[in-house]
Amino acid sequence: MNHMAIAALKTQRRNLVQSMFDEGVLDNQFNQLQDLQDSSNPNFVEEVISLFCNDAERIITELNRYLNDQNVDFSKLDSYVHQLKGSSSSIGAYRLKLACVNLRQASEERNMEECAGAFNSIRREYYVVRSKLQVLIQLERHIVNLENQQ
Amino acid sequence: MEMAVDKTQFHVLAVDDSLIDRKLIERLLKTSSFQVTVVDSGSKALEFLGLNDDEHEQRDSNSDEDQDHQDLGVNLIITDYCMPGMTGYDLLKRIKKSSCFRDIPVVIMSSENIPSRINRCLEDGAEEFLLKPVQLSDVNKLRPHLMKARSNERLFDQH
Repeated sequence: MNHMAIAALKTQRRNLVQSMFDEGVLDNQFNQLQDLQDSSNPNFVEEVISLFCNDAERIITELNRYLNDQNVDFSKLDSYVHQLKGSSSSIGAYRLKLACVNLRQASEERNMEECAGAFNSIRREYYVVRSKLQVLIQLERHIVNLENQQ
Repeated sequence: MEMAVDKTQFHVLAVDDSLIDRKLIERLLKTSSFQVTVVDSGSKALEFLGLNDDEHEQRDSNSDEDQDHQDLGVNLIITDYCMPGMTGYDLLKRIKKSSCFRDIPVVIMSSENIPSRINRCLEDGAEEFLLKPVQLSDVNKLRPHLMKARSNERLFDQH
């Protein structure tokens, strides 16, 4: 009985990951992360995702703060965006990384309107990748639970 | 040539200010059977090696240079370029100035593909420059540098 449930969940997981690749939400770097997970480090991907989300939320809060200042400190802004771009790239969050590139560009040009737009994109892309990754994690856990019951 | 040098464990010191990247590099290195120490800054790296930030090395006047080196057992340093305070490039320069540690291969990682930066690092003694995100295939490229450094060590020991 569980065989079928496990197979169905694995199909769901495969389809979710594939759709994320197709939509550019994830890129090949995510595959690299999955390849680093094995029986000796069974929670590696989940741990990295968790670290990433905490970090991203912290940075997004700071970016919001700096952008709403009377006199925007562009160098601070750039430093934070650089960090977010780096960690997005490290986990394979492709569209989020691109959104960071756009904000860096707008910040360099001192174009406040562009900055606001780019920041909104960052926030949007972050929530998209986070919610999909959360579903992925839940699927993983469910699969592991069922497999352990075998 | 000969020997079961493959079986010998190499100790890598990894330096990165990003928490996520530290986790990644640690996993990449351990997957490749390296022993790993990870620190979050250039100054922590120097501290680990027993070097000061300034020109003067922290050493007992009586201790043997080579003994220090072997006791610590760091065979390679891999560092991010962009770090607050001491950059990876600053760390590279500091290591190359050190009589104890200048022969340890240093590898620089960066998310930015800037040719002038890459050339400067390589010219000033970095063995490799890796673009982030670092892959398992990049880490596999490190082993030859370590083997070479080890066989050089053995050559000098014979004299």
